[in-house]
Amino acid sequence: MEENNIIIVENLFKKFGNFTANNDLNFVVKSGEIFGFLGANGAGKTTAIKILSGLSKPTSGKVIVAGFDVNTQSNKLKQNIGYMSQRFSLYDDLTVKENFRFYGGIYGMSAKNIRLKTEALLKRLDMLNYKDMLLKKLPLGWKQKLAFSVAVMHDPAIVFLDEPTGGVDPITRRQFWELIYEKSSEGVTIFVTTHYMDEAEYCQRVSIMAEGKIEALDTPSNLKKQFNVNTMDEVFVKIARKVN
Amino acid sequence: MWPFIKKEFFHIFRDIRSMVILFGMPVAQVLLFGFAITTDIKDVDIAILDNSKDNVTMELSNKLVSSGYFILNENLKSNDEIEEAFQKGKIKEVVIFENDFAKKLKKEGRADVQLILDASEPNTANMISAYTTGIISTYSMEYIKRNQNIPVAIITETKMLYNPELKSVYMFVPGVITIILMLVSAMMTSISITREKEVGTMEAILVSPLKPIQIILGKVAPYILLSFINLIVILLLAKFVFAMPLNGSLVLLLAESILFISMALALGILISAISKSQQQAMLLSMFALLLPTILLSGFIFPIENMPVILQLISHIMPSKWFIIILKNIMLKGVGMEYFWKETLILLVMTIFFIVMSVKKFKLRLE
Repeated sequence: MEENNIIIVENLFKKFGNFTANNDLNFVVKSGEIFGFLGANGAGKTTAIKILSGLSKPTSGKVIVAGFDVNTQSNKLKQNIGYMSQRFSLYDDLTVKENFRFYGGIYGMSAKNIRLKTEALLKRLDMLNYKDMLLKKLPLGWKQKLAFSVAVMHDPAIVFLDEPTGGVDPITRRQFWELIYEKSSEGVTIFVTTHYMDEAEYCQRVSIMAEGKIEALDTPSNLKKQFNVNTMDEVFVKIARKVN
Repeated sequence: MWPFIKKEFFHIFRDIRSMVILFGMPVAQVLLFGFAITTDIKDVDIAILDNSKDNVTMELSNKLVSSGYFILNENLKSNDEIEEAFQKGKIKEVVIFENDFAKKLKKEGRADVQLILDASEPNTANMISAYTTGIISTYSMEYIKRNQNIPVAIITETKMLYNPELKSVYMFVPGVITIILMLVSAMMTSISITREKEVGTMEAILVSPLKPIQIILGKVAPYILLSFINLIVILLLAKFVFAMPLNGSLVLLLAESILFISMALALGILISAISKSQQQAMLLSMFALLLPTILLSGFIFPIENMPVILQLISHIMPSKWFIIILKNIMLKGVGMEYFWKETLILLVMTIFFIVMSVKKFKLRLE
């Protein structure tokens, strides 16, 4: 196994009764990579992410994330990953600073460390002046950037982003992807799901799931070549059609 | 876990609704039950039809009116006026003394008083009749002593133990404590946990290295503290506003309350594990916890008077046992040896609900 594979998935099965949500998944994600994890609703993406982030256990198969086995070391694993969902997971009735303090706290960061990190991250977002503002007073795009900053504040090796840009306008989405690139350049692995195919183009490699299986996995340009089309959108539709 | 608890307090203190429920409710409830929904009788309008008009009937009438329970609204002259007096609606009771009342009492050792009551409100009627009878029998005791007669009439003497003045506050305070603890502990926790599920923050917390048990404890710790403060507030109100005694041990009372609070918190977690939204959690707490607590715990309606099936159901109401314990401590002032059975039942229920809620919570993680 190569040293720089930060996620290793081999023969992953997850079954709920008779229903197979993940059917023999096999893939690796390289350290520092931006990995797009695509698929129609109900394709089994969420189930896979839950397993990768230590929330649920596979029925069978080997899953290593950041060097930890999800079956036996899920707690150490959790310490080393960040997570952000489309619902942003921040508290509306806490101030910006209090949100940082809370999430830093539950990851066991020291008070001093939390303060330094908060300052640095808010400075990067140009939001230092808003640190004592209640979160509910901020616009959606700001919340989204804050949620990302909170997710990476404990310096995780990987960040899981589950449809992080849902319901956000194109300009804010662009700015958000700048943040993602920045983190990636610092060596943080990004594992992102999205329904926006233009975002899929931003990823270094993408996998496309359908009915519990990974149907395609390559760089966006290779995928387009392979399916002989011009956009990721068409790749996605072709795979979805093929399965149906 | 500390950041968790701190955050929880921010939520509570910044939400006006929570604050009202937490601190307004207990005070409002105690005062309402204490003053407004009292079942004590006071200033009831009565009429007297005195067919004898001797010194004894005069004295008795004075006793009734000066007791503070009754106001003499009308002196009737004949039986024909009784019906009309009731129909006017104000009068709840007519007291009728027979002819030659004093004479008969002296000669035969007995005389009759007839009480006619407006029983359109049966409970009130019962209460009024009991109070009147009480005053009359007290008087006849005095009369016998004064005249050194051998008592011929059979006099029933009723003595009300533990609540000699039959104050309903004594009955309501343990009930209000139970309701408030149930409300704050079970309802507030279940709502606050489902809120995190709804908003999506629960996901982020579950992905963090916090263990499920830490999450649960962090969530409930603030409510343990707040329920406890509420308990103290109610006890203080009961003592200083209604002069309710605390005859037993305060430490024991607090310890038993902690047991009940733990039980209610476990129930709250269980409800939050079942329900998908805040509304659902609220409705479940209302119908599954609050209503049975009020109706079936013996707080307002005596369990002994219920149909057998309801009596059986009342056995599985934790609040029923807690109210018994509270009354034992506060009114009878007895120790553990008199209610270890109730305590044991409560303990078993608590453990059962804690195990259930932790299991359900873990199940949801899968």
